[in-house]
Parts: sequence; structure tokens; C-alpha cells
Amino acid sequence: MKIADELKKSFFIALWFILLTFPIMVIRVNTIEKVIVWRWLNLLYVGIGSFMLSFLWQLFSKKRNLSVQTIRTTPSHMRRLLDEPKFNRPALVIIAIFTLIFPFVFSHYQVNIMTTALIYVMLGLGLNIEVGLAGLLDLGYVAFYAVGAYSYALLNYHFGLGFWTLLPVGALLAAFFGILIGLPVLRLRGDYLAIVTLGFAEIIRRILENWNTFSFGPSGISNIPRPGFFGINLSSEQSAIYMYYLLVVLCLLAIFVIHRLKHSRIGRAWNALREDELACQAMGIDKTKTKLTAFALGATWAGIAGVLFAAKTTFINPASFTFLESAMILSIVVLGGMGSIIGVVIAALAIILLPEYLRVFSDYRMILFGAALITMMIFRPQGVLADIRKKYDFYKN
Amino acid sequence: MNYFGELFFSGLTRGSIYALIALGYTMVYGILELINFAHGEIYMIGAFTALIVASVLTLKGFSSIAILILAGVLAVIYSAAYGFTVERIAYKPLRQAPRLAPLISAIGMSIFLQNYVMLAQTSDFLPYPTLLPHVPFFDRFSAIIGPSELSIVLTSAILMICLTLFIKFTKIGKAMRATAQDRAMAMLVGVNVNRVISTTFIIGSSLAAIGGILIASHTGRINFYIGFGAGIKAFTAAVLGGIGSIPGAMLGGLILGWTESFATGYISSDYEDVFAFALLVLILIFKPSGILGRATNQKV
Repeated sequence: MKIADELKKSFFIALWFILLTFPIMVIRVNTIEKVIVWRWLNLLYVGIGSFMLSFLWQLFSKKRNLSVQTIRTTPSHMRRLLDEPKFNRPALVIIAIFTLIFPFVFSHYQVNIMTTALIYVMLGLGLNIEVGLAGLLDLGYVAFYAVGAYSYALLNYHFGLGFWTLLPVGALLAAFFGILIGLPVLRLRGDYLAIVTLGFAEIIRRILENWNTFSFGPSGISNIPRPGFFGINLSSEQSAIYMYYLLVVLCLLAIFVIHRLKHSRIGRAWNALREDELACQAMGIDKTKTKLTAFALGATWAGIAGVLFAAKTTFINPASFTFLESAMILSIVVLGGMGSIIGVVIAALAIILLPEYLRVFSDYRMILFGAALITMMIFRPQGVLADIRKKYDFYKN
Repeated sequence: MNYFGELFFSGLTRGSIYALIALGYTMVYGILELINFAHGEIYMIGAFTALIVASVLTLKGFSSIAILILAGVLAVIYSAAYGFTVERIAYKPLRQAPRLAPLISAIGMSIFLQNYVMLAQTSDFLPYPTLLPHVPFFDRFSAIIGPSELSIVLTSAILMICLTLFIKFTKIGKAMRATAQDRAMAMLVGVNVNRVISTTFIIGSSLAAIGGILIASHTGRINFYIGFGAGIKAFTAAVLGGIGSIPGAMLGGLILGWTESFATGYISSDYEDVFAFALLVLILIFKPSGILGRATNQKV
């Protein structure tokens, strides 16, 4: 009886979706040749798809309602497995060896993809400070990334400064922009912040596109030098390997720094701010300082990632810094679990690497991200690997 | 005077469209305190549905008046249905969740709908037919304002007056105001809050669809991405006027339209969007509650 009801409900939902998606899914108009293509088969896919999804939805909703009632006190299986020394020590060793020998085992192409993925790991970790730890929803994170990339490209072009001088400069400039964007929105609630950061990112992109004398407009800047290795000129393959190791080291640094920050005084202040702004202020935490440090420290990593991106691709233009990029970084943080470092790392690798290897899905990548953001918020808001606050045991037995 | 008048009316046209879309944002925000990111996409879907229906009917040889009415009505119905469905899927399960959750889900919905239209239709710009019929009466004013601009301004004005009357005098309008004031209290006095929220989404989406058709047939082209820019600008208009306030959204839309039009006319046309966003940032710094909005104290 129960199942029959659910099936009936799913049937009607499927019918609703068939009607709803009819004009857009079935009819495709070619306005130039004045032909209409009727794709009736799509209706069948929509019907079957929505029927199954709504059935699953009802199943999981029931589970969700149950799990909301019982507050979970024990950590999840995955978390327990990760905390188990018998498991995590050999796993770490294997990952370390794999990371070290990766460029020598796999092709040049694979190394390049992995380097891109590592840039996103860094971006994800940086945004995780803002969104995950401090609860400041930043939809314009890509602006800081652009600041980093352009500061390397432009300062190198005009003044001939090298990669290692400009890496900290890019980071500092991005941090400065972080504070600049942070200042006007200090008084605002979270949702306004989202829009303002989005607006700022668009302003920066428009300026880069239109101010030709400053940024060379939409055609971008090419021939950006790769980082040198103690004055030795590297071939393009060698320098790809070099970039890879550089990113591995910098990502490890990011993980270390953010891990330490998270459990420090400022990290706890961020958490307090995320949970409740009023209570946080009542506890004597300086709201302004805490928010601005979150912005600045989050932006710093985007700046570093931007410099590395410019150095890796040797060409940048404003088209690399659109809202979609911000949305992708945000999905990394949300899927990985807001605040959880290891979750973000895994999510970044998965989100960048999977579409590369499953070419079939690459067209559907953004639509899947969109769907994933919604489902994650509804069924698993804590992410794949939930963040757990570090506890200190007072009484060890 | 001539150049000024041209800019004034082009600002008025833009502003009325922004106001139409901004109403949807402001109504949803007033009731749910949620920025409905997918609202811009609903506007785009409305314009697309009208395009598809109109193209099919043109090939079948319908008269232009029948096309306008059928395309308009179907686009409004479909947009309303999309708005309703979006609320059911992405927002309703998250009523009790922390603030960030529905916002992220809304962004997900916006990305999903954009890519859905892109994959199912096309990523290219499509030419948009002029759906608005030629009214000889409007030609008298063509020295001051073009016929399509005039019909945009008139349609928006009529719709806004209807909406104001609807909110003010109908029972469900009263229920909407009550829910916006205090949702829990409205529930206690017997307002069916879920129905009120659904109605809000349906009305907001219908207005957005009409805005979409008007602007697309005015500019003559459309693609899956038009909702994004229009959405942010309409949101800017809503914030400018004071989010949650319906007359505020109208005022905000007009001010934003004029700002853009005069700034692009007298300063530089390359930075059209920059002016809008700069205006948004300035308002948020100096008067976050907007022009007509009330400053609310945070409840503990």
C-alpha cells in the first residue's frame, strides 16, 4: 500500500515534469531556416528520469526526516576510518609515493591536468576559509584569482620582475583586494555579501575587458614567462614537472597553514562568527577584524593560485575569470564539506579530474554541479566529508 | 534636449523591465528572506518559451495578434509553473535550515536552469521576433518615444498597478502581507503559509516572464545567459528601493534604468554594467536599507 502510494505520486510528478519541460526539451526551432525539430524521444527520457528521481527523493526524504530527529553523536564511518592509525598511516604513505612519482609515470598531458587540479585544490582551500570557516558566502572569489594572475602578468610585462618576486606581491595584492571588498560589506548580512562580491567580481572582469591600455582587453596577455629554476632554462616538459612539484609543495603549505589557523584563536573566532554573529560579538570578538582577516587570508591563496595559473598557462585573458569559475570553486567547497580541509581536497581533485577522464560528461558538467549543489544542501549539507571540530580530552585513561 | 530625451526614455524603458523583475525578488525576499537566484533564469525561460511558441505558430500560419496572445499566455503559465517547481524542489525542504543553505541551493538552481536551456536548446544567440503588434496610435509619439518602448512602459505600468491593487485588496494579498510581517504569527492566525509562498513565486515568475518577452522582442535577440545579467541588475534595483518593499522595487528599477542610461550616454558605453554594480555597492555602504525600506533590527 505504502509503495503503491509512492509509485502513484512519482507517476504524477513525472507527468508534471513532462508537461513542464515540453516546450524546451521537445521543440527546437531553427529561426534562420524556419524549421522545427520535434524531439519526442526526449519526453520519454524526462518521464522515466523524473519518475525514478522522485521515487528516490521520497525514499531519501524519509531517511532525512528520521536522521534529523536523532542527533548524531558518533562520527561517521568514513571519519572513523580516516582517524584509524592502522588505515591512515599506510594510506598517507601510498599517497605520498604516488604524488612523488606521478610525473615520471604518467604523460606530460596527465601532469598538466594534475597541475590544474592542484590549482583548484588551492582555490578551494582558500575559499574554504571564507565560506567554510567564517561563513561569508563569497560569489566573487574569482576576482582575487584574477588579481593574482594579472599582477604577475602585468608587473612582469612592464617591469620585468620575476616569478619569485611576484608570487608574494600577487598574494599581497589579492589580500589587499580582499580587504577592499570586505570593508563595505562589513555591516551587511550574509546574503547581501553574496551579491556584492558577485558585483565586485563582475566590475573587475569588465574593467579588465574594456580598459585596453591597462590590461590589453579581451585578447589578454600572452608569453608570460614560466618560473625559472635557479637560472637554468627548462624545456616545456621539464617546466611542467617543475610546476607540478611547486604546486604540490604550495598546496601542502596551504593545508598546513589553514589547518593551524583553523584550530587557532582566529579560527575559533571565525567559527563563532559563522554560527551566530550576535552571540559572537557578545563574547567580545572583534567582528570587523575577524571578517577582514577571513577575507584577506582567503584572498591570499587565490592570489597565489592566480600567479601560478598565469605562470602555468603563459597566457591569460578575462574569459578565464567568469562567474562560472566562482561557481565551480564554490561547488568544490560545498561538496567537500564546508570547513573540512580533506573534504575540499578530495572534492577539488574529483571535480576537475573526473570530467577530464569522462569526456562524455564534460558537456553536462555544469548542469551536474547545479544539481549537486541543490541535492547536497537538502540531503547532506555537511558535505561528503563533514568537518569535525577538534576536541581536547582532559582525562585520558 | 533631444539627446537627453532619448536617454531619458531609454532609461525609462530599461527601468520598467528592471522593476518588473525586481518585484519578484522583493516579494520573495519579503516573505522568505531569501535571494531567489533562479529568478533571472525564470525570466529567461519565459522569453524562450514565448520564442518557441511564437516560432511554431508562425510556421503554422497564425495571425500576429493570436501569436502574441498565445505566446504570452503560454510563457506566463510555463514560467509560473517553473517558479512553483523551483520553490518546491530547492527551497521548501530548506525552510528550517541555516541561512546559507537555501542561498547555495538557489545558486545551484540557477546554474542548473541555465545549463538545462543551453543543452536542450542552443548556446548561440537566437534572433527574437518582434511579437509586439504595430499600434497606429503609438506612432503619434514616435518623435519622443519609439512604439516598442512605449508599449513596454505602458505594460509595466499597468502590471504594477494591478499588482499593487492585488496586494492591497484581495484576501491572498492580505495573507501575503501578514506572512511577510511575521510568518509564525500568520500561521497561528490561520494563514496557509505554504500556499502564500507558492502564490508569491507564481506571481513573481509571471511578471518576470512578461518582462522577458518585452525586453527580448525589444532587443531582438536571446540566449540562455540573458537571465544572469538581468537578474543581478534587477536585484540591484530591489536593494536600491529597499528590499521587501514593492513600491521600492519599482522606484529602484527606474532609478537604476536612468543611471545606466545617462551614465552610458554621457560617460562611456563600455562600462554599462560597472555603473550598475558600483551603484549597488554605494547604496549598500551608505544606506543598506534602501530608499523606501525600513531598517529592521535583528531579532534574537
